[in-house]
Amino acid sequence: MAQRKALNVNGKAVNVTVDDPDMPLLYALRDNLALHGPRFGCGLGQCGACTVHVDGKAVRSCVTPLSRITARQKVVTLEGLGTPQRLHPVQKAFIDTQAAQCGYCINGMIMESAAFLASNRKPTDAEIKKALANNLCRCGTHGRIVAAVKRAAGVA
Amino acid sequence: MHTIPSRRDMLKGGGALVVSFSLAPQLRAARAQGALAAKPVVLTEVDSFLSIDAKGLVKVYSGKVDLGTGVATALRQIVAEELDVPLASVDLVQGDSMLTPDQGKTWGSLTIQIGGMQLRNAAATAKGALIDEAAKRLGVEKAALRVSDGVVTAGGKRTTYAELIGGKSFALKLDHSKPAQPKDPRDHRIVGKPVPRVDIPDKMMGRFTYIQDFRVPGMLHGRVVRPPALGATLESVDEGSVKNVAGLVQVVREGNFLGVVARSEWGAIKAAEQIKATWSKWEGLPEQEKLFGHVRATKVEKDDITSNVGNTAEAMTQGTRKLAATYDFAIHTHGSIGPSCAVAEFKDGKLTSWSASQATHDLRKQLAEMFGMPVENVRCIYLEGSGCYGRNGHEDAAGDAALLAKAVGRPVRVQWSRADEHGWDPKGPPTLMDLRASLDAAGNVTAWESEFYIPQQTAGSFMVPLTPATLANLPQKGDIAPGNIFQNSAIPYKFANIKTVCHRLESTPFRPSWIRTPGRMQNTYANECFMDELAAAAGADPIEFRLRYLDPNDRRGIEVLERLMALAKWETRRSPQVGGGNIASGRGVSYVKYELARTYVGVVADVEVDRPTGKIRVSRIFMTHDCGQIINPDGLRNQIDGNILQTISRTLIEELKFDRSMVTSLDWASYPILTFPDIPEIVVELINQPNAPPWGAGEPSAAVVPSAISNAVFDATGVRLRSIPYTPDKVKAAMRGGA
Repeated sequence: MAQRKALNVNGKAVNVTVDDPDMPLLYALRDNLALHGPRFGCGLGQCGACTVHVDGKAVRSCVTPLSRITARQKVVTLEGLGTPQRLHPVQKAFIDTQAAQCGYCINGMIMESAAFLASNRKPTDAEIKKALANNLCRCGTHGRIVAAVKRAAGVA
Repeated sequence: MHTIPSRRDMLKGGGALVVSFSLAPQLRAARAQGALAAKPVVLTEVDSFLSIDAKGLVKVYSGKVDLGTGVATALRQIVAEELDVPLASVDLVQGDSMLTPDQGKTWGSLTIQIGGMQLRNAAATAKGALIDEAAKRLGVEKAALRVSDGVVTAGGKRTTYAELIGGKSFALKLDHSKPAQPKDPRDHRIVGKPVPRVDIPDKMMGRFTYIQDFRVPGMLHGRVVRPPALGATLESVDEGSVKNVAGLVQVVREGNFLGVVARSEWGAIKAAEQIKATWSKWEGLPEQEKLFGHVRATKVEKDDITSNVGNTAEAMTQGTRKLAATYDFAIHTHGSIGPSCAVAEFKDGKLTSWSASQATHDLRKQLAEMFGMPVENVRCIYLEGSGCYGRNGHEDAAGDAALLAKAVGRPVRVQWSRADEHGWDPKGPPTLMDLRASLDAAGNVTAWESEFYIPQQTAGSFMVPLTPATLANLPQKGDIAPGNIFQNSAIPYKFANIKTVCHRLESTPFRPSWIRTPGRMQNTYANECFMDELAAAAGADPIEFRLRYLDPNDRRGIEVLERLMALAKWETRRSPQVGGGNIASGRGVSYVKYELARTYVGVVADVEVDRPTGKIRVSRIFMTHDCGQIINPDGLRNQIDGNILQTISRTLIEELKFDRSMVTSLDWASYPILTFPDIPEIVVELINQPNAPPWGAGEPSAAVVPSAISNAVFDATGVRLRSIPYTPDKVKAAMRGGA
């Protein structure tokens, strides 16, 4: 049965119509709202490609039922993190470091790092690696990603 | 019809060129009417590869595609450099069977080496014709012309590429065996520079369209329901089991192919999870514990003798010391972070397929065969997916999408699940390798023999069968296509007696394909480990030992190793240098001349072995790398880092798990890969050869990593690891039994 669900995404109040209230947030963002920052990687919360912010915290949208998100919670995707004119410092650092190969995992890397840096402004290498330990990259861009996070934190 | 003059005629005089230019408006008119087929895609015409529009914008058509490695930028650099136009004025169309030339699959580290050089030839040929035409129009000698940013000047006179050719066809022939003279590398301003990648800003902002993001109007969402056992047959389907799924459009069954189509992606996922089907039992896989016994027992179809020097049989009996070792290398999955995806649409008897296929011209033939259609009625268009590192599931997903789209009469997008990808992408086959050598009393190698047990290549087509065609019993060639996995079974060392043989096996347990550095990785692994075993037996420094046997005329190989010694601050050593304590440290070396014909790589790996836990940590990697002329050094470094890290993962961690029916490592928990806390420091020295041809870099640096790690573990512990992956359990068992 189709039902409307109110959400706050990237600073805007939006409604999505879904058949199943337990559909993961990822599909509402990608299919209903045409946002392509969050990516489908595993659907199991194992790889991090789908990461978004919910009230500033990094959340795996592929295993977060829509029913658990309220209209008062602020959902932010990669598209809402910065704008082309005013990039988020982490986005800018990733571009400046050329920290991507295929880039499929990068949404998760940026969203996870941005949430992490908000709570730890001057992290060590080991802290960055630990913060990203549950984000998978298959191309082997790890070194550049760590360098980009350090650059964003001003500790490079 | 006008006859297209040969390039030689072109160069003889401008007359022919004017003819073709003057005829060009006819072609332009034809294209404006929608007759896109007018654009040639043959390898022998400039128009196949590039066009320049009335604004001077250059459009490049490449059959080789960017699989996430950055070549979309590097290919633009090559063309922009050769034409003397700004990089920003070059656009790139990739992998469209209707628009781009068939330059072969995007594989084998050939995109720059072959594809890029074909583009360079097209651009140099176009530039030559443009200069000829400019000289004529401006009434000056060619030597007096200067070109910058697509503007041709001579003193106060000026014209532009846009004025010279804008929107018209070049109608120039190409002969890639006799390419046009390219620019002198001393004049390069774009090639050789660390130009930022064109795709990265969009990828960092969520604005890039991957295949997984692509949508067409009226599109439905499909999911496949694969059998629970590889060879199971579908006995029955209970369509009532998915009746309550909102938005379900159709259950599609054809032979053993089962799929669901729904209005929403989530509806398709739910239906695929919920559907009840009965499958036959099938247990045709070997026992995992006995995998390499199975490989050894598999029927040999033929032997490929890849090198044969002197008489090893005789020499092996004469040495004073003989060594023999057997190595094995596990089955690996591609493990793309984004599972395979495709969109297909049948319209007016024609099929359009969008996918991340690395070979759209080949996929086109496969889909045409599968559906019994003329190949002209199939168009395959590439859209970048997640990094694939070889032939993963994208082509299969393209077949799935086409099958479902045909069944429902609407465009369908198929997104594979994580389990689909881990379970059903084609695999890197298991590899078993026996090596033997003899040494004389002075520690010189007198004979080298090796045997590689690898699946056969059944046809020259290198087309991996499409799983949906197999399941649905639709027509296709039943090839076994693991790729050119015999490469690097022969060795770069000049021993007096050498025999290297590949036993091509009738079959291999899983549908094989190529995964980064196919065969070259496994073969180099065994060769370079065994070389280390010989050096240790001879009491020699492992780098000095290799240098002793390299061809003294092969200066670039020698330079790679000499510079590696300086980079890694290598001190002459004999392995093992077993240290005490819980953490044993060591360093190992490896070397490859890729396919014995191109890119040279040397590597030193520093490792720490935790004796109580058996865990290996690679702490540092030093690498020297000569792939000839470097197009983009930053992109090259990025690629090399990736090869190193991915191969550390494959060496230490990765192993496909299976029972008698099916793959059981269907997610990242059961098929883990390297994560951030375990990455080493990487130090790479690029050796640029501006005046040499550019060679491949997508694979060679991966070839040397497993052996360097194995050799370093021996240096640290005195224990030889010969079975990949080097899991803690295997390391502990080896330490208990060895040294």
